[in-house]
Amino acid sequence: MTPTLIERTSGAGEQTLLTDVLIIGGGVTGAGIMRDLALRGLHTLLIDKHDLCAGASGGNHGLLHSGARYVSNDLHSAIECRIENELLKRLAPQCVEDTGGLFVAVEGDDPAFAEAFPGFCQSAGIFCEEISPAEARRLEPLLSEEIFRAYRVPDATVDPFRLALENVDHARMLTDSIYLPHTEIIRFEIDAGEIRAAICRDNRTLAALRIVAKQYVNAGGAWAMNIARQAGCTDVNLLYSKGTLLISHDRMTHHVINRLRPPGDGDILVPGGTVSVLGTTSVRTDNLETNRPTVAEIDTNVIEGAAMIPALATTRYIRAFSRVRPLLQSSDSGDGREATRGFALLDHTSQGLINFCTITGGKLTTFRLMAEKTSNLVAERLGNTQACTTDSVPLPGSAACRWTEPGAAPRYWYKANNPDDMILCECEMVPQSAIDEIVRCAPGAEADMTLEAIALRSRAGKGPCQGSFCGIRIASYLYDRGYYRDKTGLVHMRDFFNERFKGMRTVIWGQQAAQMELAEALHCGLLGLDNLDNE
Amino acid sequence: MREETRKFDTELAVIGSGIAGCAASIFALNRQIDCAQVGNTGAVAYTTGYLDLLGAIEESSAAVAKPWEGLAQLKNLHPDHPLSRIPVTDIRKGFDQFATFLGECGITYTAPRESNITALTPAGTLKKTLCVPATMAAGPEAFADKTPCVIIDFKGLKGFSAREVVANLQDQWPTLLAARIIFPDMDKGEIYPEVMARALEVPATRTRLAELLREAAGEVKVIGLPAVLGMHRPDHVRAELEQLTGLTIFEIPTMPPSVPGIRLREMFEQVFPEKGITLIPQQKVTALSFDTDGALLCLSDNYGPITIQAKAVILATGRFLSGGLEAHITGISESLLDLPVSQPPSRTDWYRDGYTDRRGHPIHKAGIDIDTSYRPLGKNGKPYNEHLFAAGIILAHQDWIRGRSGAGIAIATAYKAVEAAEKFLLAQHA
Repeated sequence: MTPTLIERTSGAGEQTLLTDVLIIGGGVTGAGIMRDLALRGLHTLLIDKHDLCAGASGGNHGLLHSGARYVSNDLHSAIECRIENELLKRLAPQCVEDTGGLFVAVEGDDPAFAEAFPGFCQSAGIFCEEISPAEARRLEPLLSEEIFRAYRVPDATVDPFRLALENVDHARMLTDSIYLPHTEIIRFEIDAGEIRAAICRDNRTLAALRIVAKQYVNAGGAWAMNIARQAGCTDVNLLYSKGTLLISHDRMTHHVINRLRPPGDGDILVPGGTVSVLGTTSVRTDNLETNRPTVAEIDTNVIEGAAMIPALATTRYIRAFSRVRPLLQSSDSGDGREATRGFALLDHTSQGLINFCTITGGKLTTFRLMAEKTSNLVAERLGNTQACTTDSVPLPGSAACRWTEPGAAPRYWYKANNPDDMILCECEMVPQSAIDEIVRCAPGAEADMTLEAIALRSRAGKGPCQGSFCGIRIASYLYDRGYYRDKTGLVHMRDFFNERFKGMRTVIWGQQAAQMELAEALHCGLLGLDNLDNE
Repeated sequence: MREETRKFDTELAVIGSGIAGCAASIFALNRQIDCAQVGNTGAVAYTTGYLDLLGAIEESSAAVAKPWEGLAQLKNLHPDHPLSRIPVTDIRKGFDQFATFLGECGITYTAPRESNITALTPAGTLKKTLCVPATMAAGPEAFADKTPCVIIDFKGLKGFSAREVVANLQDQWPTLLAARIIFPDMDKGEIYPEVMARALEVPATRTRLAELLREAAGEVKVIGLPAVLGMHRPDHVRAELEQLTGLTIFEIPTMPPSVPGIRLREMFEQVFPEKGITLIPQQKVTALSFDTDGALLCLSDNYGPITIQAKAVILATGRFLSGGLEAHITGISESLLDLPVSQPPSRTDWYRDGYTDRRGHPIHKAGIDIDTSYRPLGKNGKPYNEHLFAAGIILAHQDWIRGRSGAGIAIATAYKAVEAAEKFLLAQHA
């Protein structure tokens, strides 16, 4: 293991970091590679231009696929999902809720597809049990009465934030590997078929950083093609698909509910702690940076979802979000659903580089497998002969990573039974001690953490008020602790509310409109956060 | 058991118990109009206690120092704004009557002045407002004079941090300090402003608190506290604490639901019946219908169904938070009569992209339209019914949040709606 050395060059004052492997991209794949390599004794640096799970890793349903979704059109992916689903349930149970899943066909869906479904599952080795529509409605009372066929499959849910945090944390414990948020690649220094250094920028301080590694891994997800091109590689070809999802105020079902038909809009409802996630629309996009839900996408999801679960037409939604998925380019079909959901590992030797590789495509469920394949290549190139062990070593839980788990915070709080440990986020029961723990030692915690960074590491702001009250309380608490000493806390508050609003803008109707009116009266009418720059 | 319907007859029924509804009842009292008030108290508990008239011109970023002059500017830029349609003299009369009434009932307010007061917020930011409760008045004065001052907070009271107030004001107020004390008999766990305020109704608690305050103040002569100084006699509680400590004491509003809002609600609920208003608080009107003689309101409370026959009705049901307007996936509606709502063409246009955009969001300008006699318009563009009037922030073409003008719109339009209703009632009697 190479210790990380920090040097200062005399001229520009630019910092240099040394490591075995630089991993670019803090999604679950990058975090998984970090841990996989650390288990082989290697030191790594993980960087992300935003923060953990800022891309597709954080912008999905949190579904741990059984594989059944892919049995009709992508048998290979279906089998990978089945294997990874079983591994994660066993090795990272703290990140998984084993909800089980249902596939349901409603009147108007193709009966032939429903008929063929168990056979498809069988060829992928996926457990699939037919149950009567009455039994399905007994299990899930909100299901439509129009259901004519139903199957049970071993779908589950997974918390990608906790998964990423714990992978990063384990790597830190094993080899002192380091995660740097807000650090973006500016360019690579390339010489004689090798990357010699990656020149990065801290996006908050704009300070330059030079990272010298033996191997460079591009785990940039949807941004992987752009990063590869910065290294002069033209062999990564991605399509981008924008997906839009909604989060309901209540948990609507116990199981993951899938529409029993080929993939389409609004065909899945995934529970997540105290809420449910409905999705998804899928449209091609070329825009990687500023995708936001549109009212039309929201309405499509609601209308389609209501065919399975009629209550989706009238329930309260608290949030919507859009993220871009990278799809490997293999065809030119319309919406990206037909493009392969598999992943690709490119070693870039054809591009004249021997210490750079790119991993992209794939999905949350197969992140470990993607990390394994990538780490195998990296370890071999480094002459490291240790085998991958992420398929047998359990993921250790970490106290500072536990606050992202939906519905878990109240449990920890009652257990600690300390009346002075006050609840700051009342929707999700996040206490002061959680904020202390996150600020002190969660992965990526730094000197000037924003409210957004704290929220990413906890459930704070994820409930029906979407942070409009707890944002104020957490800021107050941080002022109290001396963490904020000037107007920075106000600016963080405003930025946090603006960020949360992006996800609320298209779903503000019903009770949410009342909630927004109160929030705005408080944030702008009273506190004047709309006028901070003019004071 | 079949419950008997209780029936009331009144000249004027006010639907809504927010600032607009309560102001309408006060103006009706002052005009000796027989009056009944019904409806959820809704958002009163969410007020800070500050009475804003005009703190900013909508869609611009400048704070308004002189609100009465600001009204002229508002009229130029937004001629259809409810405040642009009311003579300034009437707005003054409304404010004077409203503030005077509150003072007579035990919650003294500063009198409206030519300039806005620069008032303090729980985050240590500043806010322009016209009148503040007497319990808060010394804060803006100390800020204006930069008098040495200690902001005191309480262990266990979350959302109010003295250090936060100080951190954000220290540039402008270098002599400001922070201190924390333990509220008498509340040393464990979370404590709540409402409970603290009720505890301070007891003289013994005040004596003990006074000792702690004196200690925390040290050499400093002015202290600021979160708004917890009593529920029913705040002026008395503050005066006694000042006397016991020898200090000047002021309150700063807390996060809602806040004590100053609850004070107003409880005061109205006590005083209105004493003054002869038929008050049925906390209940929503379920149906409102009209015949040639007037209006029939249906509702029920814990004792059974109630009907109110009224010759005139003022609709002051507020916006989304209070339930006067409803936002649906397909559009915005008025909840009681399905009155037409002036609104953006589609849901896509309700909100801008940036939440804290200084220009505000188009959804806030949605609301009902009225004619010059404060009668809501029906679908044909004519008054919905001659017996029906409307007031408050349910009215269209205003953004009370960005304009810092909620109380101003509520009080001024209530004043005009009652005036119009009185004119109508007198004509009926003639």
